[in-house]
Amino acid sequence: MNRQTGGGPLAVGYALLFFAFLFGPLIIMVITAFNSSSFPRVTPWECFTTEWFGVLFGNGRLMNGLLNSVVIGIGVVLIAVPIGLAGALALSELGPKLRAALYTVLITPILVPGVVLGISTIVFWGALGRSVGAGYDSMFFNGMFLTLIGQVTFIAAYAMLVFIARLQRFDPTLTEAALDLGATPGQAFVKILLPFLAPAIGSAAFLTLLASFENYNTTVFTIMADSTFTTALASKVRLGTDPSLSALAVIIIGITLIGAIVNEAWTRRAEALRSGCAARSAVYGNPALAVIVHPATVLVLLLGLVGYLAWSGTQHDAGVCKQQILDEKLARQEQLLEEQRQRIRDQKAAEEATGTVTKPASPSAFGGAFNGLAPSPAAPATPATPKAPSAFGGAFNNLAPKTD
Amino acid sequence: MTTKDIKLDHVSIRFGAFTAVDNAHLTIKGGEFFSFLGPSGCGKTTLLRCVSGFTEPSEGTVSIGGKDMRGVGPNKRPTALIFQNLALFPLMSVAENIAFPLEVRGVGRKERRKKADELLDMIALPGVGDKKVHELSGGQRQRVAIARALAVEPDILLLDEPLSALDLKLRHHMRTELRAIQQRVGLTFIYITHDQGEALTMSDRIAVMNAGVIEQIGDPETIYNKPKTAFVASFVGETNAISGKVTSQSDGIVSVQTPLGVLKGTAAGGRHYKAGDECFVFVRPEQLGLVGAPGAIQSMDNQLTVQAVKEEFEGNARHLFLNAQGQDLRLSRTNLGGVSDHLAGQAVQVGFAADQAIVLPHGSLAGA
Repeated sequence: MNRQTGGGPLAVGYALLFFAFLFGPLIIMVITAFNSSSFPRVTPWECFTTEWFGVLFGNGRLMNGLLNSVVIGIGVVLIAVPIGLAGALALSELGPKLRAALYTVLITPILVPGVVLGISTIVFWGALGRSVGAGYDSMFFNGMFLTLIGQVTFIAAYAMLVFIARLQRFDPTLTEAALDLGATPGQAFVKILLPFLAPAIGSAAFLTLLASFENYNTTVFTIMADSTFTTALASKVRLGTDPSLSALAVIIIGITLIGAIVNEAWTRRAEALRSGCAARSAVYGNPALAVIVHPATVLVLLLGLVGYLAWSGTQHDAGVCKQQILDEKLARQEQLLEEQRQRIRDQKAAEEATGTVTKPASPSAFGGAFNGLAPSPAAPATPATPKAPSAFGGAFNNLAPKTD
Repeated sequence: MTTKDIKLDHVSIRFGAFTAVDNAHLTIKGGEFFSFLGPSGCGKTTLLRCVSGFTEPSEGTVSIGGKDMRGVGPNKRPTALIFQNLALFPLMSVAENIAFPLEVRGVGRKERRKKADELLDMIALPGVGDKKVHELSGGQRQRVAIARALAVEPDILLLDEPLSALDLKLRHHMRTELRAIQQRVGLTFIYITHDQGEALTMSDRIAVMNAGVIEQIGDPETIYNKPKTAFVASFVGETNAISGKVTSQSDGIVSVQTPLGVLKGTAAGGRHYKAGDECFVFVRPEQLGLVGAPGAIQSMDNQLTVQAVKEEFEGNARHLFLNAQGQDLRLSRTNLGGVSDHLAGQAVQVGFAADQAIVLPHGSLAGA
């Protein structure tokens, strides 16, 4: 690297800082998922454990929310993509004035805050339900249905934007040519326009699925008594967090990585095939290597790796280590308590000897109740620890020395 | 193959207040190579889209083979249109493109491929069936578009300036090719162009259009030699237009008072002029000759003394640009291999025969 192109220690340092900023939180989160500490943290490292994955899958509300999210997500894709396509096609057929007006109307749901959309969805459908005399167990008050409808109102506009961008590059004479060559309008649509739009349909489906899955603002209102993954997660975080969320992050990061790697294999292979130099390249020309770098093989290998890791994870038992940590903590606690008792005894002895009252060694507001914990290098509170049943999962234990 | 006449019966096409085609009335005979020639925006493409069914006429009727085509969609008409940009389907292979008309008619895969290969043989492009469209050259794409249109087995092939995107050499080659294909398959070709060279070389008949109006219909020689209007005279081929007023007419010869003096020309189409009529005298550059030059005619009906401004060499011809009393003239001589006589800057004598000059009433000129 030379200086003209922006090299030098400053640039390298900046780049490292930048990547640390991007990936640091993710890396720390991944590490916390395997620490047996009941609060997600890296230090102090207690035991390597895979139990948080178990905790995650054992959380009924979260898993039920995940199922709801998947159902709603698929529903939203199936409804929003055709609506978005229809909207984009309508816009492409209109004159400029009408197009501007319709565009504004169709795009408005994106600009309206999600909260407003959520509330107006339940108000509207509730009123509609009551006006037709439907009961509270009807679909007008069904969280899944309302969420589906509420999300489609604005997610369809996202899909429409994707299709508009693609349609701008469509040559309408192609449709005319198809008609002229004897195709019916339906055939022209299916055989000419749809194949052209195929990449846009793919990205619109992906975009709408993600938008539905991660939506909170609207969903939190429309889901009513049910919960989606996002709302369940949010309420879980509100009530206190544990490393099972980090375990979830590990899973999501894993899925993303696999997707990215397979996609990269796919792109490179397609590029090599298109440029026609596949046969000459060292990798794609070699029959064995060509099979290995095929995206399907890559996917199978990665899934196999994940499967193996998951299997060996279930075999791992952190019980011994955790017991050891627990014993250590208990011993340390016992020792500290003993030291405290000793101090008190010494004080009493001194008082009796001098006949005056001296201040305790630590003027704690808690009357020295935490003195015994203060020097502890390790958090004493795990769910198994009977001594500190903290509502915060021991989260603030390591703050204790500050009161000293 | 049956050949069907196309009848345009007083067809007008309007878009709002704008009249794109004004009262087109003509019959195109089956098996004919018919061209619509005109500058861009003259309504010729609109007329073509009207024949192919993309636009309905505002007035009048289009009938093909005696059948009124009103309400018949483009996919139901016995026409196939070759678009200006060809409109080949980019996501399909060449063979799939050519077989598309068969595909939408429910012909099986094997038979489609067979027919596509036959057509590829016919356009002399065997073995490119599996290529993508973008892998072909401009001229090859051109021929694929023709093959695709022929797969419809139409009675009439409509071509909308299909050669305009090609380079000059290829354009000249494709002219011959198109004409050959037309004669081989015996279809009616309706050809749209703004290039008079294309129209003149390929067509059986030409309709010259200007601002939505068909100015003249005739075979290429008639259009070139005996234009009926000032527009046709000036649009088809190079010409010198000299404005003036009629002074007298005797038989077919008209005397016209122009800034260059009194010029004599032939009254086109046996027309009669009154003294004082505003008119143009049209002389083709190749009909203008140098008087007194070696090998040239020594005396002509009309003789002018003009200033030679500059000379241009175009390979097959030399063009001499002349000026007299503010009137620009152009004189072309076939290059016979001699060297330039360096006339630029000199006063020269030029002249033309009265029967080679055409006198036409005042009217709009092309490009003016």
